[in-house]
Amino acid sequence: MSEDTLNTNRRYLLLATTGVAAVGVVGATIPFVQSWQPSARARALGAPIKVNIGKLKPGEILGPLPAWRGQPIFIVNRTPAAIEILENELANLADPDSIESVQPEYTENPYRSRRPEIGVYLGLCTHLGCSPKYYGAVQPEDFESDWKGGFFCPCHGSKFDLAGRVERNLPAPTNLTVPPHYYESDEVLVIGLDGQSA
Amino acid sequence: MSEVTEKGRWVSRSMQWVDDRIPITATFKQHASEYYAPKNFNVWYAMGALALVVLVIQVLTGIWLTMAYVPTGEGAFASVEYIMRDVDFGYLIRYMHSTGASAFFVVVYLHMFRGFAYGSYRKPRELLWLIGMAIYLVLMAEGFFGYLLPWGNMSYWGAQVIVSLIGAIPYFGPELMEWVRGDFVMSGITLNRFFALHVVALPLMLVGLVFLHIVALHHVGSSNPDGIEIKAKKDENGVPLDGIPFHPYYSTKDFVAIVVFLILFCAVVFYAPEMGGYFIEKPNFEEANPLKTPEHIAPVWYYTPFYAMLRAATFPFLGIDAKFWGLIIMAGAILIPAALPWLDRSKVKSMRYKGWFSKIALMNFVACFLVLGYLGTIPPSPIATATAQIMTIVYFAYFILMPWYTTIEQTKPEPERVSH
Repeated sequence: MSEDTLNTNRRYLLLATTGVAAVGVVGATIPFVQSWQPSARARALGAPIKVNIGKLKPGEILGPLPAWRGQPIFIVNRTPAAIEILENELANLADPDSIESVQPEYTENPYRSRRPEIGVYLGLCTHLGCSPKYYGAVQPEDFESDWKGGFFCPCHGSKFDLAGRVERNLPAPTNLTVPPHYYESDEVLVIGLDGQSA
Repeated sequence: MSEVTEKGRWVSRSMQWVDDRIPITATFKQHASEYYAPKNFNVWYAMGALALVVLVIQVLTGIWLTMAYVPTGEGAFASVEYIMRDVDFGYLIRYMHSTGASAFFVVVYLHMFRGFAYGSYRKPRELLWLIGMAIYLVLMAEGFFGYLLPWGNMSYWGAQVIVSLIGAIPYFGPELMEWVRGDFVMSGITLNRFFALHVVALPLMLVGLVFLHIVALHHVGSSNPDGIEIKAKKDENGVPLDGIPFHPYYSTKDFVAIVVFLILFCAVVFYAPEMGGYFIEKPNFEEANPLKTPEHIAPVWYYTPFYAMLRAATFPFLGIDAKFWGLIIMAGAILIPAALPWLDRSKVKSMRYKGWFSKIALMNFVACFLVLGYLGTIPPSPIATATAQIMTIVYFAYFILMPWYTTIEQTKPEPERVSH
């Protein structure tokens, strides 16, 4: 055997051992990376919740805010006038038909809800996750003189209507997320499950 | 033989014994008593030493804080109050740590400005500059993770906003965000892992990078306000003609700077530890509430210039939505100084010999950085946003136009030897 072949053999051995070691290193990182995923307990705590909306009057938001998976949930009862605004005031909206936004199929309508008057939204701005504030009345506000009612995010100034639809040219890219939900009875709302009609 | 020389011999023999086994004397000579630094250093060159002092303060007070702090969602806020009220001198140790965080950024920003002004990043110090940039990034991460730990409402929502930035990354952003938090929202789980990163992982990285920074510095040699290489002119023993030993000349000078720094530091710790809401924000005296965002969210002052640029992205452009642009602009603004060694094409290194374009550009840049820093602290309004958009362009223009304005301008000739 010449010296050249010896060296070639050694190079192959070196490559093979390095390759095996690299695979081992990658394999060893898996448990470390995976341990950062939400734990079994965190996932269990994200179970669906039941909310009684019997006392929620038109024009109001349910308070104290219910929390699902630790996230604030906005449940609003809209007046007939507010519903009319949702149907007609579309010019300023970034995504009026909620094409880019996240919602279950059964809320793909102008009200983004199962019932026109009751809206259920995840209370976190789709920009950077601040919780917007409820300004339900049609009246001039500090942030807009021609305010038609909705939500305003104090962090970066995004504005949403009462169906959680965002105005255009503001930092939030999409409408507020609609969580999966259904009505167990007239007054009891379940958040976190789609229910049978889904 | 007298007693003195007898003793002296014993000392030098034991030192010899040690040196035969670990090179203490040689290392001290190489890095202190025979490390030759330019003799024309001014006060800007004390910032590196000050940063080291702050690092020591942070490590020391940090270790002491962990002795009483509880890193859980249920216990964190109460344990910080416990430190403030019930632990002897706990308030002092905590205020030293919170003020130390701001002091760290003050001296690091001044240290970086020194580099901008005197061209410290130029050849052969490119890697020294890049290691410094890595230190800056780790420091920002360290400050961010540390800010969540008191579990106040501003801690909570500030961290929520920054973690949500990850969600702007197309395709796998939301999954990545959940992975970082370890939960569907910021929770005790997130707090616990941020604690681990803040007290173990990042400090180890920081100390390692600082070590590399000093090794690289001592390998290439310190720059100076004239921006010329003192190693170019050496005496018959190979010692730079314009160099003086770091120890004792600069070690004593640095101690003067350290004393002045500590006077200022103590004044803040004793009399204005919250700094009117800039060091510790008011909503942070309220426990974290996942259902209620504070009226106005602003990060701590040392992130506000970048936060202002993040908020300045309000419209989609080139098919990318505003939210992702915010992330790109912010990350770009933080990282772009790393390109300075290759953007600066001037014949000279120091601002002393550069032309008017460079001088005006640098002054403009500093003003723009300060304005952005202010804008990042105030609530969004149409005027503030428009100003921030203009300032963001100015900020990037400083870097992007640098290859152009540093080559066309008239420079002054550099001196043969340092002036002082």
